[in-house]
Amino acid sequence: MAKQNTMGMIFAAPPVILFLVFTLFPMIMAIALSFTDYDIINAPKFVGLKNFRKIIQDQFFWISLKNTLYYTVLYVPSGLLLSLAAALFLNSEKRMVGLFRTLFYLPVLSSTVATATLWFWILNPQLGLLNGFLKIFGIDGPAWLYDSKLAMIAIVMMSLWAGFGGNMMIFLSGLKGIPQIYYEAAKVEGANRFQMFRFITMPSLTKTTFLVSTMLIIGTLQVFDQAFVLTKGGPGNATITLVYYIYNNGFKNLKMGYASSISLVLFLIILGMTVINQRINKAEI
Amino acid sequence: MRASKSLRDILWYIVAICIAMVTVFPFLWMIATSLKPEGEIYSKSLSLISANFSLDNYVKVFKTIPFLRYFMNSLVLAVTGVISNVFLGALAGYSYAKIKFKGRTLTFSLLLSSMMIPGVVTMIPQFLVLKYFPLVGGNDLFGQGGSGFINHYSAIVLPGAVGAFAVFFMKQFFETLPDDLAEAARVDGCSEFRIFWQIYLPLIKPAAMTLGIMTFQAGWNSFMWPMIVLNSKEMMTIQVGLSTFQYQYNTMYGPLMAGTVIATLPTILIFIFAQKYYIQGIAFTGNK
Repeated sequence: MAKQNTMGMIFAAPPVILFLVFTLFPMIMAIALSFTDYDIINAPKFVGLKNFRKIIQDQFFWISLKNTLYYTVLYVPSGLLLSLAAALFLNSEKRMVGLFRTLFYLPVLSSTVATATLWFWILNPQLGLLNGFLKIFGIDGPAWLYDSKLAMIAIVMMSLWAGFGGNMMIFLSGLKGIPQIYYEAAKVEGANRFQMFRFITMPSLTKTTFLVSTMLIIGTLQVFDQAFVLTKGGPGNATITLVYYIYNNGFKNLKMGYASSISLVLFLIILGMTVINQRINKAEI
Repeated sequence: MRASKSLRDILWYIVAICIAMVTVFPFLWMIATSLKPEGEIYSKSLSLISANFSLDNYVKVFKTIPFLRYFMNSLVLAVTGVISNVFLGALAGYSYAKIKFKGRTLTFSLLLSSMMIPGVVTMIPQFLVLKYFPLVGGNDLFGQGGSGFINHYSAIVLPGAVGAFAVFFMKQFFETLPDDLAEAARVDGCSEFRIFWQIYLPLIKPAAMTLGIMTFQAGWNSFMWPMIVLNSKEMMTIQVGLSTFQYQYNTMYGPLMAGTVIATLPTILIFIFAQKYYIQGIAFTGNK
């Protein structure tokens, strides 16, 4: 029995040690660093709340926060609806459903960098696929990535294209878990399709919707790769996101203390949004 | 009634084909662009076929940047990540599911809590921990003097050797197996590791495959962390290399698409050959 105890601890040790060294310790260090000025070359200098006061006055912080929230507000609801709609569409007994499921899922396999590089080409104003497609309908497509009003929308479109398949699969597995007998009973009672969706499908998917929306929010608030590859934050800071700003401060300008304090603020924003999302989902039940 | 049903069916297939065109056509166009000579990319940018298809763009990517090296870096990192996550994840998952040891509940809830912490918060200190790791990469006992694990494979492999998700994932599967297998083996004097390795592990092979595939995809596609810790020219991963290439040669669409095709190929191939395990992984995420 004692031997079992020791072996159990040894088997479980690697992830626990890694957690202590690479998550818990850095977490504490991040809090400590946010009260310092630190440029890697000189030792950290304690500055109290200076970094947090600076954040409040830093216009680039507010710009990147605004951009991040704009992306979140555009992407989360549309991503949720699109993947749910695709899942409802594919939740059918028709032939070749499996093939279409695979094809819809395809963009998820590609990395954000690859997707963004491909979209960089798709969004080319003169030669790209999107404007070429719009031309069929006589529309002169805009210069997506070079227009500060459209660049973020282009990034949202790309993210939707790249990401809806993954959440669609999660919704599909949620839909498959609803007992068929509910629908049969509703049919006997004379319910129409909309009523069945509203009173059977939707309540049964609450848990799945909560999971998907939480993952979407946590992901979108940390958006970086897309903006980094497609627009480098431009044009005119229109696509600088919070993580991008943290990256620039920490690793470009070596302001590790300031970057840490922004990342703590972002952590609190993520926490807050997750709680709000939880409330909304609870209210719906 | 029957007529309207078949009409609805036809409509369903039309919509399905339209959506599939939206998701698949860009990939076909990417492949077509990667095979076109430069002149045609400009003159007939939208066409999918050409009489002059060639592999020149592929040759150009490998000649302009050390793309093969990037590919191999990514392969080494992703495969190492798969092996360590599956093995260490299974070992710890087994321990949490089947062995009663001190601190079991506490450490497990700690691991679970780490899944809630967004990566961006620990990014900077994690970099510093790796840079000032004592006694490696030219560092002294106090972490000074060298560059630690920065620009070394370990900077990716070590922090990501076994994540909380891998442990959690494996634990779920070991819990579905009966306890008496272990008890019988213990009576026979079998060591705890052998019980894990020879009795339980073979029974959860499909789950291990699923975890392996998910880990490979995440590792192969990861971008920000590798960009931060592997920034020297010969240590870059394929994603970082591709993004640098995109930045420097952003009008060389042919070679750019060739690089993108290569960067995407491994995950798509694995998906095609192991779809069954993929679906399991997604179902698991959905039912958490």
